Amino acid sequence: MLMADVIAPSWDLLADLQLLFALHFMRNAYLAGTLVAIAAGLMGYFMVLRAESFAGHSLANVGFAGAAGAALVGLPALAGLFTAGILAALGIHLLGRSRQRNDVAVGAVFTAALALGYLFIHLATSEYAANIYNTLFGNIVGISDGDVTVIAWTCLLIVAALAVLGRPLLFASLDPDVAAARGVPVRWLALAYLILLALLVAVAVQIVGVLLIFALLVTPAAIGQQLSARPAVALALAVALALIFVWLGLAVAYFTPYPAGFYITTLAFATYAAVRVSRLLPQRIRALAAWRGAA
Amino acid sequence: MSSPSFNIWQDVTRMLQYDFMRQAFMIGGMLSLVAGFIGYFVVLRHQAFAGESLSDVAFTGAIGGAALGINPLLTLLVTTIAVALGMGGLGERLRGRDVAIGTMLAWVLGLGALFLHIYSARGSGSGTGFSGVSILFGNILGIPAAQTATIVWVSVLTLAILAVVARPLLFASLDPAVAAVRGVPVRALGLLFMVLLALTVSEATLAVGALLVFALVLLPAATAQQLTMRPYRALLLGAGIALACMWLGLTLGFYSGLPTSVCVSGLACLGYAAALLWRRYAGGVVKSASM
Repeated sequence: MLMADVIAPSWDLLADLQLLFALHFMRNAYLAGTLVAIAAGLMGYFMVLRAESFAGHSLANVGFAGAAGAALVGLPALAGLFTAGILAALGIHLLGRSRQRNDVAVGAVFTAALALGYLFIHLATSEYAANIYNTLFGNIVGISDGDVTVIAWTCLLIVAALAVLGRPLLFASLDPDVAAARGVPVRWLALAYLILLALLVAVAVQIVGVLLIFALLVTPAAIGQQLSARPAVALALAVALALIFVWLGLAVAYFTPYPAGFYITTLAFATYAAVRVSRLLPQRIRALAAWRGAA
Repeated sequence: MSSPSFNIWQDVTRMLQYDFMRQAFMIGGMLSLVAGFIGYFVVLRHQAFAGESLSDVAFTGAIGGAALGINPLLTLLVTTIAVALGMGGLGERLRGRDVAIGTMLAWVLGLGALFLHIYSARGSGSGTGFSGVSILFGNILGIPAAQTATIVWVSVLTLAILAVVARPLLFASLDPAVAAVRGVPVRALGLLFMVLLALTVSEATLAVGALLVFALVLLPAATAQQLTMRPYRALLLGAGIALACMWLGLTLGFYSGLPTSVCVSGLACLGYAAALLWRRYAGGVVKSASM
C-alpha cells in the first residue's frame, strides 16, 4: 500500500490529533483498532496462559486460505475468514487429543490451509493475486463502516463469552487435571476458546493482517504476565498495552510512509524486551552482590 | 503443460529432458532428505512452533535482503540463525518457550511488513511485489544455478553434523533430565539443533517457500512417527516420505501445471491424514502408554 504523499506532523498535539481524525477512514481505523485491541488483550492473556501461541498464529494464517477461497467463489472475504477459522479450530481440536501431540496437529492443519490458500490464489484471477498482501499484512485504509459494525458485534460477542467462561477457563488453563476432576468440562472449554480465537482473528485480519494480529495477541499478554502474577491485574495490563500499541502505531504510521503493522509490532517487542531486561537485571545484580559477599 | 501418456517410463524420461526439471529433482531430493531427518527431531522435541516461526523469519530475512539490495540467501541464513539462537537462549521450558517464540515471531513479522513495503515501493509500479510471492510460496523450478552449489554444501554440512550428534541428541530429546545427569550437554545440543533447524528452514524456503517449509519438515516426520515407534526406522522412513512427496509433487506439478509447493504440501498432508486413519482404524503400531 503506497501513500502518495506523507503528511508532516506539526508537533502541536491538538492540531495533530485533529489532522489525524479529520479523515473518515482514520476514524474507522481507530474505532476498529480499539475494539480489536480490547478483545485481543483479553483473549491473548488466556492464549499465553494456555501456551497456545502456535494455535493462535496458525488460526491467523488459516484466515489467508479462507479469504482466498471466498474471493475465488465470489463471497465476501469475511465469510471465508469465519468459515476457515472455525473449521481450523475444529480440526486442531480433533487432531490434538493431548497437549503432547498438539503442536503436530496445529502444524498439520496449518500446512493444509496454506496449501489450499495458495491453490485458490493460483486458480483465481491474477488481478486478485495483488491483493494477497492486503490479506497477509492488512490494509488499514480499507475499513468500511460495514466492517466496523461486524467488528463491533464480534468483539462484543467475545467479551460477553469471556465474561461467562472466564472463571472456569482460567481454572482449566492453570490446572487442567484438577479442573477436570472438579467437573469442569475442560475439553469443551478448549474448543470454545479456540472458536472464539478464530472469530477474533477473522475480524482482526482487516486491520493488522493475517501475519500481524498475532502481535496484538501474544505480546501485550506476555508483558502483562511478566509484570503481575494476579490474573485480574495481568488481564487489565494486557488490554491497556494492546490499546496503547494500536493507538500509537496508527498515529505514527499516519505521519510516516511505513506500514502500521511494523510500528505496532516494534513498539510491542521493544516494551517486552525492556520489561524482560528490567526484571532480569536486578536479579543478576543481587546474585552478583551475594557472590561477592560470599567470596 | 503437456499431458501425460501414463506410460511411466516414457513420462519420466520426457520430464527429465528439461534442465530445470533435472535440477529441481536433484535439489528437491537433497532438501527433502535433510528436512526429513531434521523433522524427526522437531516432532520429538515438540519444536513445531519454533520450526514454523523460523520459516516466517526466513521470509523477513530474504525480503530484507531484497529490499536492501544484498544477496537474499545470505541475509536469510544470517537472520534465521540469529533468531534461532535467540529462541534457544530465551526459553527451555515448554511454557516459557511458547511465549519467547511468539513475541519474537510477532516482531519479525512486523519487520517483514516493513521490508516488503520498502521493497515494493522501490520497484514502484504494478505487479512488482511478485518475487515477494515467490519467497512466500517458493519456486523450485527457478533456483539460479549459482545458488545450487550453496544449497548442496549447506545440506551436506547439516547432514554431517546431524550424523555426528544424532545419538546424544536423541537421548537428550527423549529424556533431558536423565541425559543431563549422564553428562550429555543438553543445553548446548539444544542450541546446536536450533542452528541446524535454521539452516534447513532457510534452504527449504527456496524450494517450497517460507509458508510451506513446514510441509517438508514437519509432516513426513510426523507421518513416520505414526507408523513406527523405533527411532532409526522412523528417521529413515521420514526422510523417505519427504523424498517421495517432493518427487511426486514435482511430477504432479509438471503435468498438471499447478504450483509445485501446492502439490508437495498437499501430498504431505494426505500422507499424514492417511497415517492417522490407518493408525486409528487398522490398529497400526501398539499405542504407547503416554499417548
